Amino acid sequence: MAVVEAKNLSKIFGKNIGQSIKMLDQGMTKEEILKKTGNTVGVNRASFSVEEGEIFVIMGLSGSGKSTLVRLVNRLIDPSEGSILIDGKELATLDKKALRQVRREKLGMVFQQFALFPHRTILQNAGFGLEVQGVDKAEREKRAEESLKLVGLGDYMHQKPGQLSGGMQQRVGLARALANDPKVLLMDEAFSALDPLIRKEMQDELIDLQSTMKKTIIFITHDLDEALRLGDRIALMKDGVIVQIGTPEEILMNPANDYVEKFVEDVDRSKILTASHIMKRPETINIDKHGPRAALERMRKEGISSILVVDEKRRLQGYVTADDASEARKKEVSDIKKILKTDILKVAPDTPMQEIFSMIYDTPIPIAVVGDDNRLNGIIVRGAVLAALANDGEVNMDA
Amino acid sequence: MLDFMDKIPLAEWTESATSWIQDTFAFLFEPIKDHFGNFMDFVSGDLLPGIPPILFILIVAVIAFFVSGKKLGLAVFSIIGLWFVYNQGLWDALMSTVTLVILASLLSVIIGVPVGILMAKSKIANSILTPVLDFMQTMPAFVYLIPAVAFFGIGMVPGVFASLIFATPPTVRFTNLGIRQVSNDLIEASDSFGATGSQKLFKVELPMAKGTIMAGINQTVMLALSMVVIASMIGAPGLGSQVLSSLQRASVGTGFVAGIGIVILAIIIDRITQNMNKAKR
Repeated sequence: MAVVEAKNLSKIFGKNIGQSIKMLDQGMTKEEILKKTGNTVGVNRASFSVEEGEIFVIMGLSGSGKSTLVRLVNRLIDPSEGSILIDGKELATLDKKALRQVRREKLGMVFQQFALFPHRTILQNAGFGLEVQGVDKAEREKRAEESLKLVGLGDYMHQKPGQLSGGMQQRVGLARALANDPKVLLMDEAFSALDPLIRKEMQDELIDLQSTMKKTIIFITHDLDEALRLGDRIALMKDGVIVQIGTPEEILMNPANDYVEKFVEDVDRSKILTASHIMKRPETINIDKHGPRAALERMRKEGISSILVVDEKRRLQGYVTADDASEARKKEVSDIKKILKTDILKVAPDTPMQEIFSMIYDTPIPIAVVGDDNRLNGIIVRGAVLAALANDGEVNMDA
Repeated sequence: MLDFMDKIPLAEWTESATSWIQDTFAFLFEPIKDHFGNFMDFVSGDLLPGIPPILFILIVAVIAFFVSGKKLGLAVFSIIGLWFVYNQGLWDALMSTVTLVILASLLSVIIGVPVGILMAKSKIANSILTPVLDFMQTMPAFVYLIPAVAFFGIGMVPGVFASLIFATPPTVRFTNLGIRQVSNDLIEASDSFGATGSQKLFKVELPMAKGTIMAGINQTVMLALSMVVIASMIGAPGLGSQVLSSLQRASVGTGFVAGIGIVILAIIIDRITQNMNKAKR
């Protein structure tokens, strides 16, 4: 079951909202409604669901409504229409007390500008969520301390936020959200205020933490690279509308419209694509069944100068070249093992293309993509690498 | 052209309203006048003068020393200044003034801070009270003396009442401002963790607004002090009444000396309250 589910969620800022909602339903755009009513559409009928343990990234430029959307999830902003379910329970209609309870138990939030309390120590900041729940001091400090250690700040507990650097302050922000042990973590541009190096470090750390915590994370960002690094799935927003939801690959490979396409245009594809995206189905011969003659036949038919050799379980054994095969045929050698070469380059299916890029220039023969057990998944030829980089190559998305 | 109607009897209305209040709430005013009056007489007549001046001066000096971050300047000034007032034979007057200022300020803060919080939280309260505060501050302070006498007779109690009206607005305004200035981020953060309204107020908003509120309190204390001379017109004893009687007798010298006494007191109170603000931040 989805942990967070938004259905037809809209937010309109201004007066006489009912009329604007009707206009939305008629399919009018943000600009048209602004012109006619003076109201601003923050979020326009957004629907999505986030599964347990998933990092769901909401991405868009500033003004696209992503920060409003995340605030609808914990109702820091009340929705104008639609419903938001946390663990299957409707949030939009809860009274104040019940809403507080859900916020305390299930939702943690990390803010772009950290939003630490400057008059409290790091430890008191981290324990704030527990404090408002009425957890007693000893227990609260213990859990806050654990949480701070988790983000690597165990030594700074008695300092004030102002004494820490931006990156460290955001770690406190993260620790504060984690101390409650919430099921859902809302991160509103959490790393956007940090400089690039620190940001990357924090992203890595979040990925590390997530591998053990398995929280459900909704992560807001305007940075596509960040979205692609972190997201299990990405929702792209424009003018309050969710334009596309998909895995990073889906978004990159099949942009839903011009807007998404424009967004992903600048991405360095070599960082995103892996061996499995650009490999082709290989021509192979069986080491036990085929001899040099059969190998030569296949190579001639396919117009290639070398062919991979596998066993009956498709485990890669090596390759033979056309030259060696024809030599062997002349000498009437029938065992393919005698001309088998094993100096072939192998990569795993999830090897980034960036790495393959440098390897492919050093080898005249294709690179083999092998999975567990040395089983052959495919081959990568130089042309496919270049084509993929040039943005118009045929890419094997089923892999 | 302009005489299309008779004079609006605002003065008469005000008078009848005041006497109505006076009659209707006499049961309230009388005990306040008696008990509070007795209490103030006790503080200014017995309690404070009961402290040996040398001890009083030393206590003030020690407080000054510590709140100013263990610097000697203010402490030395307090000792010399207060000794000078003693030397001029104004010690009893000083005690009366201190009582009036402290009590008026204390009441202003007790009333002002909650009202300021109310204004910060409620748009309606804010739009109603803002003009009221403007009115309270711009109306000449002398005018408050009239109903004060009507309600509480003469002496220290009406003095405190008039000071209260005049001196409370800064505390209200600064409390309101301080809470409104707390960044939206922090409010969102405390909301997102499920803080209740009062948790948010006491754990986030008031601590964050403390500096601003203290600046307001400092203003309130200074305004209360400035009412001292005015309140002496309705019989509030103290340095103010010395100034007033000098004025009536045209004796420049005693007037100046009493004025210096007020200045000394003002500087000491101002620096101490200001430094309390800095020290706590």
